[in-house]
Amino acid sequence: MANHHISRRTLLAGTAAAGALSLTGLPARAEVNWKKYAGTKLEVILAKGPRGDNLQKNIKEFTDLTGIQVESEQIPEQQQRQKCVIELTSGRPSFDVVHMSYHVQKRQFEKAGWLADLTPYMKDPTLTAPDLVESDFSAAGLQYCKNDKGQMLSLPWSVDYFILYYNKELFQKKGVAVPKTFDEMIAAAEKLTDTKEGTYGFVGRGLRNANMTLWTNFFLNYGGEFLDAKGNILTDGPEAIEATKLYQTLLTKVAPPGVAGFNWMESMASFSQGRSAMWIDGVGWAPPLEDPAASRIVGKVGYTVVPAGPKGQYSATYGDGLGIAAASKNKEAAYLLCQWAVSKKQGARLLQAGGGVPFRNSILNDAEVQSGVKMPKEWLQSVIDSAKISKLGLPVVIPVAEFRDLVGAALTSTLAGADPATELKKAHEQYRPILERSEKA
Amino acid sequence: MSALTQSTPAAAQSDAAPEKELRPPSYWPFVVPALVVVLAIIIFPWIFTIWMSLNEWKVGSPTTFVGFSNYLRLPSDPRFIEAIGHTLVYTVLSVVLPLVLGTLAAVVFHQKFAGRGFLRGIFIMPMMATPVAIALVWTMMFHPQLGVLNYLLSLVGIPPQLWVFHPGTVIPSLVLVETWQWTPLIMLIVLGGLAAIPTEPYESAQIDGANIWQVFRFITLPLIMPFLFIAGMIRMIDAVKSFDIIFAITQGGPGSASETINLYLYSVAFIYYDLGYGSAIAVVFFLLIVALAAVMLYARQRMLWTEIASGA
Repeated sequence: MANHHISRRTLLAGTAAAGALSLTGLPARAEVNWKKYAGTKLEVILAKGPRGDNLQKNIKEFTDLTGIQVESEQIPEQQQRQKCVIELTSGRPSFDVVHMSYHVQKRQFEKAGWLADLTPYMKDPTLTAPDLVESDFSAAGLQYCKNDKGQMLSLPWSVDYFILYYNKELFQKKGVAVPKTFDEMIAAAEKLTDTKEGTYGFVGRGLRNANMTLWTNFFLNYGGEFLDAKGNILTDGPEAIEATKLYQTLLTKVAPPGVAGFNWMESMASFSQGRSAMWIDGVGWAPPLEDPAASRIVGKVGYTVVPAGPKGQYSATYGDGLGIAAASKNKEAAYLLCQWAVSKKQGARLLQAGGGVPFRNSILNDAEVQSGVKMPKEWLQSVIDSAKISKLGLPVVIPVAEFRDLVGAALTSTLAGADPATELKKAHEQYRPILERSEKA
Repeated sequence: MSALTQSTPAAAQSDAAPEKELRPPSYWPFVVPALVVVLAIIIFPWIFTIWMSLNEWKVGSPTTFVGFSNYLRLPSDPRFIEAIGHTLVYTVLSVVLPLVLGTLAAVVFHQKFAGRGFLRGIFIMPMMATPVAIALVWTMMFHPQLGVLNYLLSLVGIPPQLWVFHPGTVIPSLVLVETWQWTPLIMLIVLGGLAAIPTEPYESAQIDGANIWQVFRFITLPLIMPFLFIAGMIRMIDAVKSFDIIFAITQGGPGSASETINLYLYSVAFIYYDLGYGSAIAVVFFLLIVALAAVMLYARQRMLWTEIASGA
């Protein structure tokens, strides 16, 4: 009892010091005033994909709820990123709400100060529904949306875990068990490779830049950390070399020819036509793999977490969120929209269609939501299990694209037989000055 | 004779005087609209690009004047040096191949045969397609496991190739797409040239007993040479700045085996947001194109002079 009392007092003191809730003088059970900004017009810029589709499809519900008109456009990812950066730099973006890729843009957006701080809105009960609390977002989500001062600069929208897809039929035919570790994975892939039949044990991204998202799964599981405490890049250390050796072995010994030029599209083609037995990539590919019009292996796909490495088991995680332009004149209305987009209803729809995975645990772990998932149960299980071992898949720096291009090119060269250590060293000699320059600026 | 030379300037003078009065005071107001447009959309962007290339200009951070240091980075940038090589190989191949094949096709389609119009129509269809759309189709055709190209090769017993998925074959494979798409353009230009050739030289060659090759080599080819030069020039300028096909099929990969200057420039400016360095690359790239065009023009001029000198 005494303990309870003290903790409460500490809590109160803390709140007062922060000067947040105690001064607002609002009734404890304030309700969100959804209609307060009725008549406002919002502009949203979205990256093309299932998240954008899900928002646009149901936007009428939001307008009915709030009376806010929403204009939104979906632009292919790469062009959308450019457009956002150019408009935000100009200081007068044409949009209020921006859909951002955390793994590429987090640091850039934070450093430039382009996003509005959502922390006060989160604490305002007239703006935030009681079920939307920080602690509901997964750890990766919070890492992505908060800056180093602890301010919330966006709402985490959808997370992308890397998982292992495997072809059950091929596994059965060769009598191979689902691998739990990297060693087992190599052994399994060797058994599954049958060049006469034209089937291979493993397929994955070999194309420069794209390949980094696969490689980091290996890197993390070999115990790798991207940056040291001072922000120096560590991706040419011993863990990186081991990871690259594994990458090289898999993609040269047991993968289809030409894999050095494969992005996800070519990898998926090979896997979905039953020509490759294992594929490690983002969770979002279940819908096409289970679509009879696009896939020859419907109902035969197994889903599981990325196998463990010698130093742990992580799923490289990427994600996107919704932020509000600091220059926007309709921040509160825009916040309502962001909140609606990450709401339980919208998140459930996204998950159930297999178009994305909400960062919010209350959605992912809800039995009712789970029962409505149209993808196989195994897929959902792999998502839930990956959430537990999730770790950010790329270093949080500004020159992410340069990192992916330079180190990615080094990885691709190892597929033509170059030595992993030498290639990594060469790439980092080029990359380090770029990173230093960007951090100094 | 002397009367004539005397009278001419006098006549000119007497003619010029009233004409001067009729002329508007100056032509220059009429030049202004064109001048403004040229300044705004050609000259200004150029000067601005040069200005950007002299600055450290990164999106999201303040700009500082750095003089030529962006240019000094170029020689020690391995990606840039490699990109020049890729650009030259890509350009030479995708000028020469369409030129040879296009000329051949033009000679064939110049003959009169049944269904010629229809076949010509089919032949120029690749030109009408959107490069990005066809690039995606070609990407799947190149797929080493599932692509139709390897299937076709397997029918004649050739082992599967890696096409755009191997650093060694990626540029020739991309040139294949480029050639497929742009051979028809060369054919159209050359066909126009062929139509303009008079028939007399052919008749006299026939009387002299020239064979088909001699007729082509000594009559057709010299007469269509001006057209080939124009076609080659258009093709070269297109090929050197080719972007869509490469970007959509390989994004410069595998590794950076098909990264041309244009693709690298795009990465630097619009993915790394290093506008200063990107501008420096753009300026150098522009100079390269100008140099190539100048070489071609010079070659054409020289050829004309040698023709005149040899009395052709």
